[in-house]
Amino acid sequence: MNIHEYQAKEILRKQGVPIPPGEVASTPEEAEAIAKQYGSTVVVKAQVHAGGRGKAGGVKLAKSPAEAKDIASKILGMQIKGLTVQKVLVTPAADISSEAYVGIILDRASRKPVFMVSPAGGIDIEEVAAKTPEKILKLPIDTRYGLQPYQATRLGFFLFDDPQKVKAAAKIMRQLYEAFMKTGCSLAEINPLVTTPNGDVVALDAKMVVDDNELDRHPDIAAMRDESAEAPSEVQARNANLTFIKLDGDVGCVVNGAGLAMATMDLVKFYGGEPANFLDIGGSSNPEKVVNALKIITADPNVKAILFNIFGGITRTDDVANGIVTATKQNPLKVPIVIRLTGTNEEIAMKILQENGFSASSDMDEAVKKAVELAKGGKAA
Amino acid sequence: MSIFIDENTTLIVQGITGRDGSFHTKQMIEYGTKVVAGVTPGKGGQKFEDKVPIFNTVADAVNATKANTSVIYVPPMFAADAILEAADAGVKLIVAITEGVPVLDMTRVYPFVKERGARLIGPNCPGLISPGKAKVGIIPGRICTPGKIGVVSRSGTLTYEVVYQLTRAGLGQSTCVGIGGDPINGTNFIDCLDAFEKDPGTIAVAMMGEIGGTDEQEAATFIKANMKKPVVGFIAGQTAPPGRRMGHAGAIISGSSGTAAEKIQAFQDAGMGVAKRPMDFVELLKARIGG
Repeated sequence: MNIHEYQAKEILRKQGVPIPPGEVASTPEEAEAIAKQYGSTVVVKAQVHAGGRGKAGGVKLAKSPAEAKDIASKILGMQIKGLTVQKVLVTPAADISSEAYVGIILDRASRKPVFMVSPAGGIDIEEVAAKTPEKILKLPIDTRYGLQPYQATRLGFFLFDDPQKVKAAAKIMRQLYEAFMKTGCSLAEINPLVTTPNGDVVALDAKMVVDDNELDRHPDIAAMRDESAEAPSEVQARNANLTFIKLDGDVGCVVNGAGLAMATMDLVKFYGGEPANFLDIGGSSNPEKVVNALKIITADPNVKAILFNIFGGITRTDDVANGIVTATKQNPLKVPIVIRLTGTNEEIAMKILQENGFSASSDMDEAVKKAVELAKGGKAA
Repeated sequence: MSIFIDENTTLIVQGITGRDGSFHTKQMIEYGTKVVAGVTPGKGGQKFEDKVPIFNTVADAVNATKANTSVIYVPPMFAADAILEAADAGVKLIVAITEGVPVLDMTRVYPFVKERGARLIGPNCPGLISPGKAKVGIIPGRICTPGKIGVVSRSGTLTYEVVYQLTRAGLGQSTCVGIGGDPINGTNFIDCLDAFEKDPGTIAVAMMGEIGGTDEQEAATFIKANMKKPVVGFIAGQTAPPGRRMGHAGAIISGSSGTAAEKIQAFQDAGMGVAKRPMDFVELLKARIGG
């Protein structure tokens, strides 16, 4: 789960990381009032789950409260990578002497959180890694022992020469690591970590991604989820315990299992179609899940055909068949449906479907081809 | 022959009295797996289905039965502890089925398991099966048949799909291993490929990867350098948008890394057969083993 910059800063501030003050505004008037309170030049920053906010025009300096209001009115409602900006963070502008990058990422290859620090901060770290890898220090951390003081010092010396700054940076490393572990992050970044003309080391921007599997442990973090930043259908699906991702195509897919769901989408594309979504109804499916899945998919006006692909292992195919029958009785389908199911209780499932006027096949390839054809307005089912 | 499990596997089920644990224990016993003990704290001394003794701790279960393998069906917040307990009790093969284990938990668990000389499969995996010999986990037994194809996959139902097609085409399997869909797991592709290469009962391998991470790319490098047996690969997620977690916690394209295209390219560079569709495995394998 992504959280916003202002939320990540809140977490880091509690941990003791030096961060300039800031407040969130949802209207231009609020932004003006906050700017007035600071009485200095402020930065107005779009709060949206997308990188490259600056390049997209979502981060601007305002020299007066009136200008802050004007800028906020332009940024609020702006689209950045398809997401609408609902909130801005207003924070006093800082005098910057240097910019560094500090991040922790959960690294799959080493199976450890890895610190990445670079004196070349303020820009895309992937770019630094690609062009000047020598400017990055990577340090894997054994979570059984945690970040050791000598490691924090080493990271600090990679960024600065001045012992005072190294000491300040090392402290921030430890605080960032604590926050990363406590919050259950898969990524935590301070970019940029700046030095000011009077020698302070300060975090100007923060980003955190929280492992979804940790949310049961951290209800306070789970409550930070911003549902306005997600497609409404995805929120609806999550509340129904379905894994759903909306895409732009016209073949609605209902599948059990993530790998098979991806392979089904790929096969739709292979036969010249475009999947409308990723949807995994999971292992132990009950008919209700199928009903909810169909509700979500049929609400998408782009969907021209619906494809079921079920391989019954733990999932009982008769449960799925019953779900299809119930759902279509409640809300008759306006688009054609192609059903493929095989595995546990297949014979019972086929019988249920036939008795209710559906045809089904046990062959995945055939079913996908047919769904693609129907979505293109080919021959009816 | 087979890898990791066979007729000598003696199994402990951690979480044997839970909903999933009890259901799948029955299935494993029915398949012929030697389930010698169950563990549920507080239920020690009881019996599961009047047959399998239940213990309070894995240490008790190992002492009493000398079991060599454990399978874990406990809820996600307790899974890390269950894995540590099994490794500490001296179990050499630990299979964690549980989905939703916090990834940071695994960063503590993995080095401990390794130091104890144990092998962990999973978490978030369907387990493994050596057809006709033993099954540990949840792979449906009836879709498999004994034979000489090794199967390794990050997925559950996609594996079933491919195995089912192999079985129908007369291509039996030596062992099918689901390594799981999490970003940090115990056994990876290379571990399985290495074991299949050394297993005299395996003549070729079917491998199903997906987007996210670099495990498949590293596997391709390993195959090119170390394997004589043919390997056919498939990657799921060619149509997945970047930055989105596609069901599996590990199935995510981060920035520009972990795409299906780069993995398929790595397979091609390694001279592997590349299945464009799940149904292409049969022909590609047959062509390579002269079936």
